[in-house]
Amino acid sequence: MSVPMDARIEKTASEIAADVRARRLSAVEVTEATLAHVEAVDGLIGSYLTVLSDAAREHAARVDERIRNGESLSLAGVPLAVKDNMCLESTRTTCGSKILEHWIAPYTATAVARLLDAGAVPIGKANCDEFAMGSSCENSALEVTRNPYDTSRVPGGSSGGSAAAVAAYEAAIGLGSDTGGSIREPGAFCNLVGFKPTYGRVSRYGLIAFASSLDQIGPLARTVEDAALVYDAMAGYDPMDATSIERAVEPAAGALLDDLKGVRIGIVRDFDTGALGADLDALYRQAYRDLEQLGAELVEVTLPTADYGVPTYYLIAPAECSSNLARFDGVRYGLRVDGEDVRAMYDNTRAAGFGPEVKRRILIGTYALSSGYYDAYYVRAQKARTLIARDFERAFARCDLIACPAASCTAFEFAAKSDPYSMYLMDYYTIPMSLAGLPALSVPCGWSRPEGGAVPMPVGLQLCTPLFGERLLLGAAHAYERATRHASARKPLAQEARA
Amino acid sequence: MSPAYEAVIGIECHVELKTATKMFCGCPNAFGGEPNTKICPVCLGMPGALPVPNAYAIELIVTTGLALGASIPDFSKFDRKNYFYPDMPKDYQISQYDMPLTVGGAVKYWLEDGTTKECRLTRIHLEEDTGKSTHAGSGDGRIAGSEYSLLDFNRAGVPLMECVSEPELRSPQEAIAYLESLRRTLLALGVSDVKMEEGSLRCDANVSVRLAGSTELGTKTEIKNMNSFRSVERAIASEIERQIEVLTSGGRVVQETRGWDEVNGVTHSMRSKEEAHDYRYFPDPDLVPLEISRIDVDRLRTTLPALPWQRFERYTAAYGLGAKQATQLIDNRSLGTYFDRVVECSGNPQQSSNFVLGDLARLANESGVAVGDSQVLPEHLAELIGLVEGKRINSTTAKALVERMWNGAGSPAAIVEREGLAQTSDPATIEPLVDEVLAAHAAVVADYRAGKTNVMGFLVGQVMKASRGKANPALVNDLVREKLSR
Repeated sequence: MSVPMDARIEKTASEIAADVRARRLSAVEVTEATLAHVEAVDGLIGSYLTVLSDAAREHAARVDERIRNGESLSLAGVPLAVKDNMCLESTRTTCGSKILEHWIAPYTATAVARLLDAGAVPIGKANCDEFAMGSSCENSALEVTRNPYDTSRVPGGSSGGSAAAVAAYEAAIGLGSDTGGSIREPGAFCNLVGFKPTYGRVSRYGLIAFASSLDQIGPLARTVEDAALVYDAMAGYDPMDATSIERAVEPAAGALLDDLKGVRIGIVRDFDTGALGADLDALYRQAYRDLEQLGAELVEVTLPTADYGVPTYYLIAPAECSSNLARFDGVRYGLRVDGEDVRAMYDNTRAAGFGPEVKRRILIGTYALSSGYYDAYYVRAQKARTLIARDFERAFARCDLIACPAASCTAFEFAAKSDPYSMYLMDYYTIPMSLAGLPALSVPCGWSRPEGGAVPMPVGLQLCTPLFGERLLLGAAHAYERATRHASARKPLAQEARA
Repeated sequence: MSPAYEAVIGIECHVELKTATKMFCGCPNAFGGEPNTKICPVCLGMPGALPVPNAYAIELIVTTGLALGASIPDFSKFDRKNYFYPDMPKDYQISQYDMPLTVGGAVKYWLEDGTTKECRLTRIHLEEDTGKSTHAGSGDGRIAGSEYSLLDFNRAGVPLMECVSEPELRSPQEAIAYLESLRRTLLALGVSDVKMEEGSLRCDANVSVRLAGSTELGTKTEIKNMNSFRSVERAIASEIERQIEVLTSGGRVVQETRGWDEVNGVTHSMRSKEEAHDYRYFPDPDLVPLEISRIDVDRLRTTLPALPWQRFERYTAAYGLGAKQATQLIDNRSLGTYFDRVVECSGNPQQSSNFVLGDLARLANESGVAVGDSQVLPEHLAELIGLVEGKRINSTTAKALVERMWNGAGSPAAIVEREGLAQTSDPATIEPLVDEVLAAHAAVVADYRAGKTNVMGFLVGQVMKASRGKANPALVNDLVREKLSR
C-alpha cells in the first residue's frame, strides 16, 4: 500500500491556522483532504472509533464563515482528533468500552468546546485503552490501533488513538488525557509532543473520569508550538469543574525559547538510564548534552521516593476508578444486560460491559477502600503521594526544569506485555509527575531500533517543571526541538509505502 | 412501659434545604413537577459530568449549626458514600464522613407542661438527595413483587442536611418535642420548609431500652418509614414496647433496621447489621476541601433571628405566659411578630397576649385576614392596653373598641376622647345609678338578702348598662355589695 500524501495535511496546526486565517486555504479544503486521508489509511492504523465526517464538514464550513466575518481564530480549520473519553454533543462517546459502545453524549466537554470555539475541526473520536486504563491501547474493547511508524507495534496508551491519528496525519492535533502517562507515553511512541499540563489547568468537565485526582487533558501534536497553541486555547478556569484552578493562564505559544541560557536543568540521579539498554542510555545522555549545548546548566537532583510511584498510583487510581465507574450500572444509559432483579441486572451488565483490566482495577480499588484496609492502603498511598510531591519540591529548589526519560522502552509489539505488572511499569517515569500534579511533556529525542524490530522507533525525552511552569516547559521544549529536529528523521507509514 | 425499663432514643433527621438550585448543579430545587424535568448531566450522573458545590447550601448548614450552638470547624470536606441504588445516579452519594460542617450543639425543647430540656447533637452535615423510585406492578407500591420501577431524578442532587442527635431522649413525647423544636428552629432560620408530607423533613429513630438507672446502652434498632410526627411518636412507643417484651420474655434485641407499618401500628425487620454495607467512604476527588472562613461565620452569626427556644424562655419566664400561649405565639409567625411589637409598645405582655391570642386571633379566624395584615396597628393595640391599664376604659369598652379597630376605626384613644367612652370612676356619678337599679329591682334585692347571692352579677350588669358601659366595673361591684349588705 502506498499512501499519496497531501501537502495540505502535512502542515503543522500553526501553519494550517495561519493559512486559513489568511484565506489561502479554506477549512473545508483541509477537512476534505483530511477525511480523504483518513479514508485511505485508517483501515490500517485504526486511530478512530468514529469518524465525524458530517460534523467535521459542518464545523469547517462554520469556521470559514467566521473567518469571512473577520474573526481571528487561533486554530482556524485545524483538524482535531478527540480521545473517545471526552464528550462531544450528539456524537458517540465510548471510552473504548462495550459498556458505552452506543452511548451518545448529551453535552460537550469544556476543553473540546474551547478548541472548537478556537476554530478546530473535529475529525473523529479516537481509540483509547478502555476508560483510559492501559499503556498500549490494547485494552480498547472496540478496535486495534497500530503505530504509524511500525504497524506491528502499539501506539502506546491510553491516548493511543489520538497519538496515532496525529502521527499518521489523520489530524493535525489530538486531545488526550493523562492520568499516569497516557499522553506522554503515546507521544513518545509516536514521535510526537505529548503534553500534560498542571493538574487543574484544563477543565475536566466532560472528560469521563478514570481517576479524578490525576486525570488531566492535554494535547498531542507534531510540534511544541502546536501543543502550545492547543494549550493556550483550552487552559483556564471553568466554573463547571471545582478542581479547575482560578488563576490566569500566561499564553505559551508566544513565549517559546530559542535557547536555554540561564535555565538550570535537573538530571535525576535515581533514574539510571543505563538500565534501559545501551541504545537508549546513549540517546538520553546525548539529549542531556544537547540541553547543555543550548545554554542550560545541568544539575544532579534526586527523587528518592519516585520508586514508590507505581505502587502508590496503583492504589489511588483504582480506588478512585472503583467509585467513578460505579455509575455504569445499566440503569440510565449505556449497555444493559437484563437479569432476574436489579442486582442481577447490575452484575450482568458490568460483567459483560467491562474488560479484564477495568475489572481488575475496580477490584483493586474496591479492596483498597474497604473497611479495615482503607488505612493500610488508601491512606498510606496518599501519604506516599505527598512525599513524592515533596521530593519534587526539594529538587526544584535546585533547578527550574527536570529532564528524564518519557518511557522505559520504545513502542513494543502487540501482546508483548501480557503481564499487567510489566505494563504498569511502562509508566514508571511519568507516574511521579502525575502524583505531584506537575506539568510535564515528552518531546522526540531520537530513534532506536528495538530488539528484533524492523525499523528504528521514536524515543521521547520527558521535561517537567514546578506547578504552573507551562510557559518555561513549552518554551524549553521548543528550544530543544528546534535545535535537534529528531522528529523529522523518519516519516510515518514508510513501511507500507515501501512495501 | 414497664417502670423497670427506660428508653434511650436518638433521632437522625434529613432536611431538604431551601435553596434556589440543587447542591452540585444549576437545576432548580423545587418540590414536585413532571418527572425528570429538573435534571441535567450533573445531577443525572452522566459520564464526565462534575459537581460544583452550592455555597448557599453550605451557609445554611453553618447558620443552623450556629443557631444550635455547634462548633464550626475551620476545615471540612465532602466524601463519597459508595453503594448501588437505581435512584442514585452516580451509585455513590456525595456526603460528609469524618469532617462534617458542624460538630456538637444542642436542640433545646419544651414539653407540653412547659418543662424545658435539651438534647445534644453529634453533628450536622451536608449531602445530596437521591431520586425517587416508584415501584409498579406489585399492587402496594412496594418493591417486593413489582414488575418494574420508574425513576424520577427531579429530587436527585437536592441539598440535604443530616442532623444527628445524641441518644439523650427518653420518651416518644421527648422525641416529638425535640423534633418540633428543631422544625421550628429551621423554619425560623429559613433553612427549609420542613414539611414531612413533602419529604423535606424525614427522620429515623434509633431506639434501645435498658433497666432504669443503668448507664450502659442496650442494643439499638433503627426505625425507618415514619412519615408524620404522629407516626414517629407511635413507632417509637411501639418499638419500646416490643423491645421490653423481647427482654422480659428472656430474648435478646437484634441490632437491625426496622420499618414502621403505619396501618398495623408495628415495626417489622428490614435488614440486620450483618447485611450492613461497607460504604467505602473516601474524600471526593472532584471537590476540593472546604475552608470555612471566620469572617463568613461571624457574618452569618449576625444574621441569626430570635430562636424559638429563646422566645419560649422569654414568653414564659420573663412575660409569665403559659406554655400553651407561648407555643401558640411561636408557631404562628405573623401572630408572634405582631405580639412582640405590641409588647414593645405596651410593656404589658399578659394583656398583649390576651388581646392578640383572644380577640385578634378570633377576628383573624372569622375574617381570614392575618393579624399582621389587619387594620389594627400594634401601636393602636398598645394604646388600648394603656387605656385599660390606666382604668380609662373598662374591658367591655375595650372589647367593643378592638372590634371597631379591626374594621378600621384607628386610634382607640381618639375614639374614647371623641365619643366620651372614658370609664367613670367617680362614686358621685355611679352611686345614683346604683340606687336607681336597686330601687327598680326590689324583688331581686330581696332574693339576695334571702341568701341568693348569685343575683349580684345581674344587678352589677344593670348598673353597667345604665352607665352605658362606662362605669368602672370594680367600683360598681363595691358599691352594689356595700348597699346590699346594709
